[in-house]
Amino acid sequence: MAAKTLTIDGKPISAEEGATILQASEEAGAKIPTLCHLDGVYDVGACRLCLVEVTGVPKLLPACTTTVAEGMDVKTDSERLRRYRRMILELLFAERNHVCAVCVSNGHCELQTLAYNHGMDHVRYDYLFPKWGVDNTHPLFGMDHNRCILCTRCVRVCWHIEGAGTKNVSGRGAQARIITDLNIPWGESDSCTRCGKCVQACPTGALSHKGSTVGEMERDRGKLEFIVLAREKKQWVTAD
Amino acid sequence: MSKRIVIDPVTRIEGHAKISIFVDDAGNVADAEFHVVEFRGFEKFCEGRPFGEMPGITPRICGICPVSHLLASAKAGDAIMAVDIPPAADKLRRLMNLGQIVQSHALSFFHLSAPDFLLGWDTPQPRRNVFGLIGSNKELARAGIRLRQFGQEIIEILGGKKIHPAWAVPGGVRAPLTKDGRERIRQWMPEAFATTQAAFDVWNKTMETHRRELQIFGNFPSLFMGLVSEDGTWEHHGGRLRFTDSSGSIIADQVDPQKYFEVIGESVQSSSYLKSPYYLPLGFPDGIYRVGPLARLNVAEQMGVPRADAELKKFTKLGRGAVTSSFLYHYARLIEILAALEYIELYLDDDELLSDYLRADAGINSLRGVGASEAPRGTLFHDYTVDRNGLLQKVNLIVATGQNNLAMNRTVAQIARHYVKGDEIPEPLLNRVEHGIRCYDPCLSCSTHAAGQMPMCVRLIAPDGTVIREVTRG
Ligand code: SF4
Ligand code: SF4
Ligand code: FES
Repeated sequence: MAAKTLTIDGKPISAEEGATILQASEEAGAKIPTLCHLDGVYDVGACRLCLVEVTGVPKLLPACTTTVAEGMDVKTDSERLRRYRRMILELLFAERNHVCAVCVSNGHCELQTLAYNHGMDHVRYDYLFPKWGVDNTHPLFGMDHNRCILCTRCVRVCWHIEGAGTKNVSGRGAQARIITDLNIPWGESDSCTRCGKCVQACPTGALSHKGSTVGEMERDRGKLEFIVLAREKKQWVTAD
Repeated sequence: MSKRIVIDPVTRIEGHAKISIFVDDAGNVADAEFHVVEFRGFEKFCEGRPFGEMPGITPRICGICPVSHLLASAKAGDAIMAVDIPPAADKLRRLMNLGQIVQSHALSFFHLSAPDFLLGWDTPQPRRNVFGLIGSNKELARAGIRLRQFGQEIIEILGGKKIHPAWAVPGGVRAPLTKDGRERIRQWMPEAFATTQAAFDVWNKTMETHRRELQIFGNFPSLFMGLVSEDGTWEHHGGRLRFTDSSGSIIADQVDPQKYFEVIGESVQSSSYLKSPYYLPLGFPDGIYRVGPLARLNVAEQMGVPRADAELKKFTKLGRGAVTSSFLYHYARLIEILAALEYIELYLDDDELLSDYLRADAGINSLRGVGASEAPRGTLFHDYTVDRNGLLQKVNLIVATGQNNLAMNRTVAQIARHYVKGDEIPEPLLNRVEHGIRCYDPCLSCSTHAAGQMPMCVRLIAPDGTVIREVTRG
């Protein structure tokens, strides 16, 4: 495959054709914040946290879905990017009900960690305080819509790693939500294999092992990578 | 018609409160009311949440007794799962509760109450507080602060942080005691016992010099309620409910806390957001009962540990039948600190607390579960109703300060009767009424489950309801 040469944060890099800026940036040692990206499944560019500046392109581009091009000049960090990223995080918090102090993911949450790292000490937008419920009908797992950021990681692992196709998205805009099959209680789903991959994939406290209490949801993403690696490369190796 | 004297705020009590004293036309105190004017909304807030989250949520009801809510909440969860938790988990929860009793009682005795009776009622603020105590009795104040630290350290060793430890969970606890933690606790023991002894010495002198207070600070007949074990021994996290009357006779015994509503009614007062529970068979307000250290010592036949038992014998002699003066809550607190220390010491030689079998697992096996535990201030009930998926439908909390509400009213009235003359709010009255309430060590934000503030003022209201005088104190 042809290699492309580009610069990321001033560093000359060569990347395989078809690689995303996100993949190439790893080589450059640049750490781009992500939320909907999950190693092992395809990217959808849903969260916009990975936005980067590309010289000559007026708008910001998501690093996870933009492929590299010859001579590209990418900036992964700037005052402007940090401002936008913080704004995105604030909007995510304002859109649903996040009460970290009592959340199952407190201390192990990607959203929370990103908020810390971006110095999000308050939210400038009005909280919507929507009325979302908890689906606790499944014997093993719980889904708390109050904490969901609609990254669709759960949907993608369910369809493309497990192949069950149980998780879906319904509705639009602020009304969008994760559903089970054709919108039935999770516990009634025949397609769900109870594999728990969605729970491992979720970046927030939205999906959890039933009965988890504050801060108890720690996820092991290594399992997903293990399966994908085994399937695609026929290598059965553990992460570390 | 009567005049109303309002004293506000009661300093040094967490949360805010307001006191009305009703005076009749002859200028005599007719009645008193300790209003809790904070907003109650906590129960609603929890609806729809999974019950397993409650041990993480409920400690936030109250900044001063989070551990008590944590433990009662976990216990309510056990009841919903209908499990017996592993023995090690039960002991560990008890150890934490003992730590909580020590730290909370030490705070009440040394920081909040001792300044009153050691520095004198009429020492003006801002000197009648723990800083004043440091000035006049440095050793005692320092020892008291350290005793509280000891209790807090136990909580921290087990739960990881001082406040809001979501360590107890439905079915058990999340982590055992470590060997290192155990040694840290052990090192404290001699000092903790010595401090408690010093407090007893101070208290014995106080009882001699405060006979009047013994007589008028809430000395009246009432029922008493607390948890006791099967053989009537003092309990703090487990056991069943016992009610005794002021003659010391047992009027209800071994009541399963799951069925508390068969013996406890809850009356909602218009003047207060606090629910006033009462002993159901006697009705409201005749079924007035007290909870907390004084009540626990009245209902218990023995403490179950030798040194505290020796003190209990002396304590029991202070009453005919039951010990009825609320001024003796202070003494009861010291005896409970001593008992807690003795129990903690026993746990230090029990290797089961190091076990890693700590959590029972089960689904929803009961749609209603009650967790009852003795908070330092008195019996705490968490009553949860869930749907089949474990989502909360209804939450009812009965807290110590609510149960003592009627007794606090009576205490205020009794003190006021000795100090209020005519239209005046004499200076000595204010400090004494404050202390009368402090005997119960109420935690107000806890009782009403959320915070909210009232303007702070002292009001004198004429029989026709007009305000004759308004004094701001604070
Ligand atoms: S999902 Fe994350 S950000 Fe949201 S409440 Fe839970 S810990 Fe906080
Ligand atoms: S449930 Fe979790 S993984 Fe699924 S969309 Fe919501 S936040 Fe993402
Ligand atoms: S990680 Fe790229 S848009 Fe979410």
